[in-house]
Amino acid sequence: MEINSTRERLAGSKSLQAGLLAAFVVVTSGAVYLMDKSVLAFLLLLGSLLLLYYTGFSNGIKWASAGILLLLVIPFAASGGSSHEAYMEVAAQCGIYVAMALGLNIVVGFAGLLDMGFVAFFAVGAYTYGIFATAQANNFIPGSLFPLPGGSFWIFILLGGFMAGIFGILLGLPVLRVKGDYLAIVTLGFGEIIRIIFNNMEKPINITNGAMGLSSIQPPDLFGFKFTFPHQFYFIVIGILAVVIFAVRRLEHSRLGRSWKAVRENEIAAQSMGIPLIRTKLTAFAIGASFSGMMGVVFAAKQTFIDPTSFTLVESTTILVMVVLGGMGSVPGVILGASLVTILNLQVLTELTSALNALSNNGYIGIPTALSPSKMQRLIFGLILILFAIFRPNGLIRARNRKVSLESVAGSGVYPAPAGRAAIRK
Amino acid sequence: MAILTVASLKKRFGGLVAVNGVDYSFPSGEISAVIGPNGAGKTTFFNLITGIYVPDGGRIELDGKSLVRVKPHVIAKLGIARTFQNIRLFGSMSVLENVMVGMHIHLKSGTPGTILGWGKVRHEEQEARRKAYRLLQYVGLERHFNEEASSLPYGAQRKLEVARALAVQPKVLLLDEPAAGMNPRETAELTALIRRMQRELELTIILIEHDMKLVMQLAEHILVLDHGEKIAEGGPAAIRNNPKVIEAYLGKNAVEEGVMA
Ligand SMILES: Nc1ncnc2c1ncn2[C@@H]1O[C@H](COP(=O)(O)OP(=O)(O)OP(=O)(O)O)[C@@H](O)[C@H]1O
Ligand SMILES: [Mg+2]
Repeated sequence: MEINSTRERLAGSKSLQAGLLAAFVVVTSGAVYLMDKSVLAFLLLLGSLLLLYYTGFSNGIKWASAGILLLLVIPFAASGGSSHEAYMEVAAQCGIYVAMALGLNIVVGFAGLLDMGFVAFFAVGAYTYGIFATAQANNFIPGSLFPLPGGSFWIFILLGGFMAGIFGILLGLPVLRVKGDYLAIVTLGFGEIIRIIFNNMEKPINITNGAMGLSSIQPPDLFGFKFTFPHQFYFIVIGILAVVIFAVRRLEHSRLGRSWKAVRENEIAAQSMGIPLIRTKLTAFAIGASFSGMMGVVFAAKQTFIDPTSFTLVESTTILVMVVLGGMGSVPGVILGASLVTILNLQVLTELTSALNALSNNGYIGIPTALSPSKMQRLIFGLILILFAIFRPNGLIRARNRKVSLESVAGSGVYPAPAGRAAIRK
Repeated sequence: MAILTVASLKKRFGGLVAVNGVDYSFPSGEISAVIGPNGAGKTTFFNLITGIYVPDGGRIELDGKSLVRVKPHVIAKLGIARTFQNIRLFGSMSVLENVMVGMHIHLKSGTPGTILGWGKVRHEEQEARRKAYRLLQYVGLERHFNEEASSLPYGAQRKLEVARALAVQPKVLLLDEPAAGMNPRETAELTALIRRMQRELELTIILIEHDMKLVMQLAEHILVLDHGEKIAEGGPAAIRNNPKVIEAYLGKNAVEEGVMA
C-alpha cells in the first residue's frame, strides 16, 4: 500500500521526478569527482541516464537533459582525480560499443538475421583509417603520400562507414541465401575469414602489415587541435553516437524499418506484400555495418595501434550479448545492454580480478590465475545469454511498438467509415 | 473477360503431384471460389499464382502477362494480393503497422530522406497512417489499431489479413479460407465484407473455402480440385448437383445413396 501510493505520487509529479533525478546526479557526480576511481560511483552516475529514460518528461526534454549529462556533467565529474582518463576511456568505449550494438540490432533485432561475425565490419573501418593514416599505404601506393594528416580523420569516419557498408553488401549477397542457424554459422565463418585475411595481407604486397599490426596511427586533427587523450575522444564518440541514435530512431518507424520487421516476422507474407527480400536484408546488413565501420575508424585513431587480435570472435559475441541482454529490437534496451556489458568488461571484471589478486598476493586466499574473473569473460557471457534466453527473452527493456494517437490517424472529429474505391485508393 | 488465366498448371512435391494440369480463367471483377477436399491442392494453387512456388509446367497469366518465375514481391506490384490459410501476420507489430506494411509498394520514402527526416517523408508517413486507419475501419478493426497483431482474437486476425492485402491495392485478391475458425456472426460479417469489396473496390476475388454455405452465397464461378486435378467447374447450382463433386467430398457411396439429393 505504502509503496504503491509513493509510486503513484512519483509517477504523477514531474517536479518530484526532476528533483529526485537532480539530487541523484549531484550526489553521484560529487562522489565521482571526490573519490578516486570508484567504479560504483561512476556506474551510478551513468545510471542517472537510465533514470532519466524512465521519467515522464517529453522526448525533447529528455534528450536535452541527456545531452547536458553526457557533455557537461559526466566529463566534469570525472575530471576530479587521477583517474580522469580511466573514467573517460571507459565512457568512450561504452559509446563505441553502444553504436556497434545499435548497428547489430538493426541486423539481429529488426531484420531478425543472426550475425555472429559482426566485428568484421568494425575491423574494416579500423583498417580503412589505419592503413592510410600510417606509412603503410606507401607500400602499395607510390609517391610517399602517407600517412595522411590527422585532418583526414573526419572524412575517414564517413569512408570507414561506407567501406563497412560495402563489405556488408558483399557479405550479404552470398550469405543471405541461408537462414536461421545456418546464417549464424556462415557469418561466424565470415568474421573469422576477415580477421585471417587482415592477418595475412602482408604478402605479396604488404597492405595490412599482418600480425604485426599498424602502429603510430595519426591522431585526429581539427584546425590544429590534436585529439590524443580518451577525454578528447569521448566527445568524438558522443558526436557520432548522437548521429547513430538519431538515424536508428528515424529508421525504426519508417517504411524501411517496417519492412525489416516484416521480414523478421514472416518472410513469405512480407514478400507477398511487395517487399523484396534480398534487398531489404542487404540494406539491414549495410546500414548496421556502417555504424560499426564508423566506430572502427574512431577506435583505430584512439588506440593509435591496431592488429587482428582486436577483432576476434569473442568481440562479435560480446556485441551480440549486448543486444540480447538489452532486448532485441529495442533501442533503449540495446543502449543499456551495451553500456552494462562494456562496464562489466572493462571495470567490474578487471576490478574484481585485481581485488582477488591483491587478496591472494597477501596470502589470504589462493585463486589460480586461470580462474580470475577477467579470464572467465566467455563463461559469464555464455551464462548471460542462456539465462536471458530462458528467463527474459525480451531482454532488459523489451521492444515496444510505438503507439500513435487516435487524432493523428483518424483526423479531428469522428471520421465516417468511407465507402467505395476511395477507401483504398486515396 | 478473364483477368487471370492458368493453363496446364502443374506442381510436384517429390512423387506427389499437388496440382496436375489445371486450366482455368477467372473472370474480371467477379467472385470465384476454388474448392475441394483437404489436400486437393488449393493452397498450392494459390502459392503458384503468387510466386511462392515455381510451377513445374504450364502457364499463369495476369492480363496476358506471364507470372511464371516472377518473384512474389513483383507479383504483388503487378496487382495480386492474398491472405493465408495459416495466418501469417507480423505478430509483434501493431495492427496499424501491419496494414502499413501492405502499403509498402505505394510509399516512396528512401533511406536518406528517412534519416534526414525530410518533410516529404513525414508527410507521407502521416498520410499512410491515416489511410491504414481507414482500411481498418473498412474491415471493422479500427478499435484495435494500436494493439499488437498477435494479441487479436482469431477472427479479427483473419480480417486484419484482409485489410493488409487491401493495402496493396490489388486488382485480384486471393483469400485462402478466410472464414476458417470464425463463429457464425463473424462469418456473416465476412460474407458481407467480401461482397462489399467486390462491388465497391471493383476487385476480382478468388477464395478458397470449406464453408459451402459461404461459397454458394458468394461465388459466381467455382473451380473444384481433387488430388490436384480439376474435376469440375461452373456456377453454384451446377456444382451443387455435380456427381463428381459429391463423390470427391463424400465418397462413392454417397452418390449412390443420393445423400445430396
Ligand atoms: N511445401 C510442400 N512440400 C511437400 N508437400 C506439400 C507442400 N505443400 C503442399 N504439399 C502437399 O500437397 C498436397 C496439396 O496441399 P495443399 O496445401 O495445396 O492442399 P489444400 O487443398 O490447400 O488442403 P487444405 O484444404 O487442407 O488446406 C498435400 O498432399 C500436401 O501435403
Ligand atoms: Mg489449403
